Amino acid sequence: MADVKIEIRNGRIVDPKHGVDRVATLYVAAGKVAAIGAAPAGWSPTRTIDAKGLVVAPGLVDLSARLREPGFEYKATLESEMLAAVAGGVTSLACPPDTDPPLDEPGLVEMLKHRARSLNQAHVYPVGALTVGLKGVELTEMGELAEAGCIAFSQSEAPLVDTQVLLRAMQYASTFGYRVWLRPQDPHLGRGGVAHDAEVATRLGLAAIPASAETIALATIFALVRETGASVHVCRLSTADGVAMVAAAKKSGLAVTCDVAVHHLHLCDNDIGWFDALCRLVPPLRGTRDRAALRAGLADGTIDAVCSDHSPVDDDAKQVPFAEAEPGATGLELLLPLTLKWAAENKVGLPDALARITARPAAILGLDTGHLGPGQPADICIFDPQQSWTVIPSALASQGKNTPFLGLELAGRVRCTLVAGQVVHED
Amino acid sequence: MRNPQLDAEGRLVHLLTLEGLPAEVIVRILDAAVPFASISERDVKKVPLLRGRSVFNLFFENSTRTRTTFEIAAKRLSADVINLNIGASSTSKGETLLDTVDNLTAMNADMFVVRHAESGAPHLIAAHLNRTGRSHVHVVNAGDGRHAHPTQGLLDLFTIRHYKHDFRRLTVAIVGDVLHSRVARSLIHGLTTLGTPEVRVVGPKTLLPTAVQAMGVQVHHDMRSGIAGCDVVVMLRLQNERMKGALLPSAGEFFKHYGLTPGKLALAKPDAIVMHPGPMNRGVEIDSAVADGARSVILPQVTFGIAVRMAVMSMLAGG
Repeated sequence: MADVKIEIRNGRIVDPKHGVDRVATLYVAAGKVAAIGAAPAGWSPTRTIDAKGLVVAPGLVDLSARLREPGFEYKATLESEMLAAVAGGVTSLACPPDTDPPLDEPGLVEMLKHRARSLNQAHVYPVGALTVGLKGVELTEMGELAEAGCIAFSQSEAPLVDTQVLLRAMQYASTFGYRVWLRPQDPHLGRGGVAHDAEVATRLGLAAIPASAETIALATIFALVRETGASVHVCRLSTADGVAMVAAAKKSGLAVTCDVAVHHLHLCDNDIGWFDALCRLVPPLRGTRDRAALRAGLADGTIDAVCSDHSPVDDDAKQVPFAEAEPGATGLELLLPLTLKWAAENKVGLPDALARITARPAAILGLDTGHLGPGQPADICIFDPQQSWTVIPSALASQGKNTPFLGLELAGRVRCTLVAGQVVHED
Repeated sequence: MRNPQLDAEGRLVHLLTLEGLPAEVIVRILDAAVPFASISERDVKKVPLLRGRSVFNLFFENSTRTRTTFEIAAKRLSADVINLNIGASSTSKGETLLDTVDNLTAMNADMFVVRHAESGAPHLIAAHLNRTGRSHVHVVNAGDGRHAHPTQGLLDLFTIRHYKHDFRRLTVAIVGDVLHSRVARSLIHGLTTLGTPEVRVVGPKTLLPTAVQAMGVQVHHDMRSGIAGCDVVVMLRLQNERMKGALLPSAGEFFKHYGLTPGKLALAKPDAIVMHPGPMNRGVEIDSAVADGARSVILPQVTFGIAVRMAVMSMLAGG
């Protein structure tokens, strides 16, 4: 690899972390960013990529992508989803522990890391289970799991009913400086619900989840953060009141971060239409007011990052009545175009938009990635911001073709993805 | 997504919900039911409109009563009727809902009458048939979850029209467990579409959906104000499992507040009619003196139900 030298010529280099936004040539040598602008001494490339008219950005960092291994290989495999990641320009991703078995033992985490490494594509950062079997009763061996490669601990979507266990988990994690990721939903108010508690759920007769399910959980989390000093990341905010609570918590000096799923920036409960199971998501799609608050919260920095919340689901699991449908949507390949769409509609500049899917999620992961600093491993996403494409099943590398955006034309197509200086995807 | 019950020209190919159905379509169904009501009173109660057609009663949730009314309606139209009580067993065998539908379609079904515990199941079946070019196989929703029970809504409308004639002058109160009621949702859509100026829902907050006023109704928690001056009082069935628990403290307390007694009915208009989709819980939502009283039209509802279902089936599959 040491002799591979790639010259990415005349692209618009956007590196939000370093405030770089200019047309220049980027030089990759020995798997690292060698220089931007002027070629290193004695430069002779083994390959050149013409990036004229394209954007050269850090590889995207996704805070939530389900790869479905181990246990759910009929939905997706590591092979298919790692291809989907690089096809979407994602070079680092965190995967939640809700596999079967859940990621609650070091052996499982090591196996996953090993399998991912052998595919030589995006970097995979497992999030370990906070409690054994995600059952919400006993703490996992967080130290062992962290050594095996877990970058944080979460319950994923499994309810943590016992608040005392949550308190203990946060105390224990903070003792050793582990981050705790929590999706805020009161387990009682969330029980059985499949749609936002408002007009659509009323009309369609769907069991509802009130917005208070999120705000009550946030209040609990923030109180325990104050008490324990734990470092908490709030996953997939969904309500306007939730955004306001996070803003207030941050203003009061609480060190919390949060993300939003890219679907929730564009969709609301009306999109369920006549029981469209592709819109069966967790958290549920909320109202238009909530969507507006999420979009504004992302723009003003209350929400730190956007994630794909990638959840490939097999067709059969969506061809059932709405409430029985398995929640989730495929997202790795839509993260970039849907973030660009939000940015265009909200008049957010390209560097600011890219920060939310590169440098900022990298900071949440605690990783030195998501930027193009000199000497940095060359994880790079080269995309055409203008090129539009239609979301059809054959256009998606993911095994999951389940997305509410099927049929929609989106602007922003990844043309080339590099991981550690190797071209792993070309369109 | 287009409402899958209408084709591109706006014609009814399935009956899934009354929501979004144009008033003319509803009126056409009600008008078509009028002659069927008189057929049911003749000695020979059969017409050949669906001769040679196969109607499958596809009941994923048990309901002898509703299934029987559909069976009678289809038989009076001379259709062949096949009853399938699928319950929960098919899922344990691993066959999906749509597998079942595909298998029965391969047996040349002309119509599915579908009852399912989950909201939206008939929509799923209809959308599947439309997508696979089989929209000539019709779906009639016989009740899905909390969502809709359109033939019940239509028979309620038929009954109201029979006794009260003009919807545009009526005040209708729907009382009880609206939250879990597909009957209430269908009737509300039907009444508002036909121009009923005042539709009220009456019940405790635990039994009313959060955004029910967005369906065009007034919300009352006090039974007395709720039925005052009404032309029509529709009592809903309270399911046994909901009589005690976190929704309600007891059946007795529910009856005290919301049970329809002669005393409370006296607050409605003197000629008000009383309806109930059945089966009734006497002494829980309705007092026997009212249920069996002069203003009860609960049994005529059952009779009209056959005629309305005949009208729906013949309109869909009668060519």
